[in-house]
Amino acid sequence: MAADTTHATGAAEEYLDSPTMHVSGGDWDDLVDEATALHEERIVVNMGPQHPSTHGVLRLILELDGETVTETRAGIGYLHTGIEKNMEYRTWVQGVTFCTRMDYLTPMFQEAAYCLAIEKLLGITDQIPQRASDIRVLMMELTRISSHLVCIGTGGMEMGATTVMTVGFRERERVFRIIEEVTGLRMNNAYIRPGGVAQDVSQRAIDLTREMVPEIRRGIRELELLVNENPIVKGRMVDVGILDLTGCMALGITGPVLRSAGLPHDLRKAAPYCGYETYDFEVITRESMDAYGRLRVRLDEMYQSLRIVEQAVDRLEASLGEPIMVADKKIAWPAQLSVGSDGMGNSLDHIKQIMGTSMEALIHHFKIVTEGFRVPPGQVYVAVESAKGELGCHLVSDGGTRPYRAHFRDPSFNNLQATSIMCEGSQVADVIVAVASIDPVMGGVDR
Amino acid sequence: MTDLTQATPPEMPGEPIVIGERRGMFGATAGQDTSGYGGLVVPIEFPGASARPYGGWFDAFIDTLAAGLEAEGTAYGDAVQMVVVDRGEITVHVAREHLSVVARVLRDEPALRFEICTGVSGVHYPGLSGQELHAIYHFLSITNGSKRIRVEVGCPDADPHIPSIVETYPANTWHERETWDMFGIIFDGHPALTRILMPDDWPGHPQRKDYPLGGIPVEYKGATVPPADERRAFN
Repeated sequence: MAADTTHATGAAEEYLDSPTMHVSGGDWDDLVDEATALHEERIVVNMGPQHPSTHGVLRLILELDGETVTETRAGIGYLHTGIEKNMEYRTWVQGVTFCTRMDYLTPMFQEAAYCLAIEKLLGITDQIPQRASDIRVLMMELTRISSHLVCIGTGGMEMGATTVMTVGFRERERVFRIIEEVTGLRMNNAYIRPGGVAQDVSQRAIDLTREMVPEIRRGIRELELLVNENPIVKGRMVDVGILDLTGCMALGITGPVLRSAGLPHDLRKAAPYCGYETYDFEVITRESMDAYGRLRVRLDEMYQSLRIVEQAVDRLEASLGEPIMVADKKIAWPAQLSVGSDGMGNSLDHIKQIMGTSMEALIHHFKIVTEGFRVPPGQVYVAVESAKGELGCHLVSDGGTRPYRAHFRDPSFNNLQATSIMCEGSQVADVIVAVASIDPVMGGVDR
Repeated sequence: MTDLTQATPPEMPGEPIVIGERRGMFGATAGQDTSGYGGLVVPIEFPGASARPYGGWFDAFIDTLAAGLEAEGTAYGDAVQMVVVDRGEITVHVAREHLSVVARVLRDEPALRFEICTGVSGVHYPGLSGQELHAIYHFLSITNGSKRIRVEVGCPDADPHIPSIVETYPANTWHERETWDMFGIIFDGHPALTRILMPDDWPGHPQRKDYPLGGIPVEYKGATVPPADERRAFN
């Protein structure tokens, strides 16, 4: 190679004459001897925040002794978007579009918790129409199925089973077809609103749901046949990521992780909201306390959710045409949505009425859309059973048109604290399975 | 036996707690002037201390808590500043120096058994002199039928220290870190009180009311939309 090339790595022989430096003297030799004497392969590895198996931008700091994990710490905050702060600068209704983006796999749960909290602050919990509550239940259970499908699907893919992922996502698409038909959007719906829901569930959506439910059930069955007794799945998941009931209680773990330790705690049964007490379903538990138990809990919960979906659809068909928004015009969003040639938008009848016939209706529309409604001062905490555990919403109002403080107790945020206790002492490969069994979604963890 | 009603005499519920006042042209609820041109000044009143009976299971809960505190050698009147029952929820305002013992009684007293603390959330009231920062804990008792209570602890901005309850409720480790990160409340005794959501070298605590939201103007079809905190508000 010519000497005048500008390559960074030149030929080695060019430097043969240059002096060689050695580090010696002082206590350096002692240090080296000490390190060699330990005969340890102790290394600290940063897994993530860009590792494909860590469910988004989760950073796991692993201390490894060979292939064994001796210490684990989870580093979060890489997806912090300041949603809670932003909500303080938006009206109560606008807040729905923010909190729906927290845990992006369970948008309906954040919306429901937030709206139930506003309704409790307003004191209108009893005035929410039955049909609106039934729609909320329907949407929450569909969301639970889609969230569990992603958990199982991505969890399978992280173990190397692509088919588990493709089946999971295929079935999730069916759920999304229903959600899209009802809300117009697949994710980040902003569908549940203070006082009710944004728009009605049509007969078409009901028919589509009836058509989809057996297919989803068949898909879940296929997933079950694929994984339940699969020797590789069992080899990877049985007795991995163990967390017993005592550990769950100490760490405040809720959701499928808690139920996999045998405690049938489910807020839908324990402290019902949206009329869950009138639905017929069972709380699924397992005794195995491991990742495999959580997988089975999630699979069985999807069947229970389908049962609730069927009951909700029956009720919705019977109550077609009933109100879906609270009667109080000072709170209810004035406009109805409708599907036009260019997608979803304000209903033309409503535009015609406020622009052409009633000036008072126009003023009212303008006031409630720009200014919003006022919520009496005070604070509430409302919790719903999200797909991942207890999702709590702590709202403080100072009597204004905006939340004074909105705080979400995200189940993933809390449950991620169990990473250390689940992973320490296991193999590196088990860390992936253990974290996946918690089902954290960083959008919700970091908010 | 401590006088249980010392903090809240039964015949006299507490005054509402004024956390500030609202000024502006919107939101008139009292008086004749609804035009707003007079310039409204409305006090912001949070629910004040409730009087006995609190209703439901709240009375029994407070009695058990008082007995439990007594057994631990803490006078109920010292630990609990006031009890607020509002919208079907009970809030116990606890003096910060007694928070640890209250947490322990809440968890260990068989009749209380609030085995899960669902975390701590902060609220910043710049107008409440001497009690600017509030840490608000929510507790859940699965054993006793999914009962929930709220414990509220205030501390001054100049001395933002509240004892950590991580020893009693390990689940609070991350929640207390988040509240430190967002509000600057120092939880004494926390095993590793570091920032959790913001970067380690971040200046300030973003959820405080004196911390600006930030943002840049956005141009859209020739017009400029200011950032959210500079837009016209009706609050």
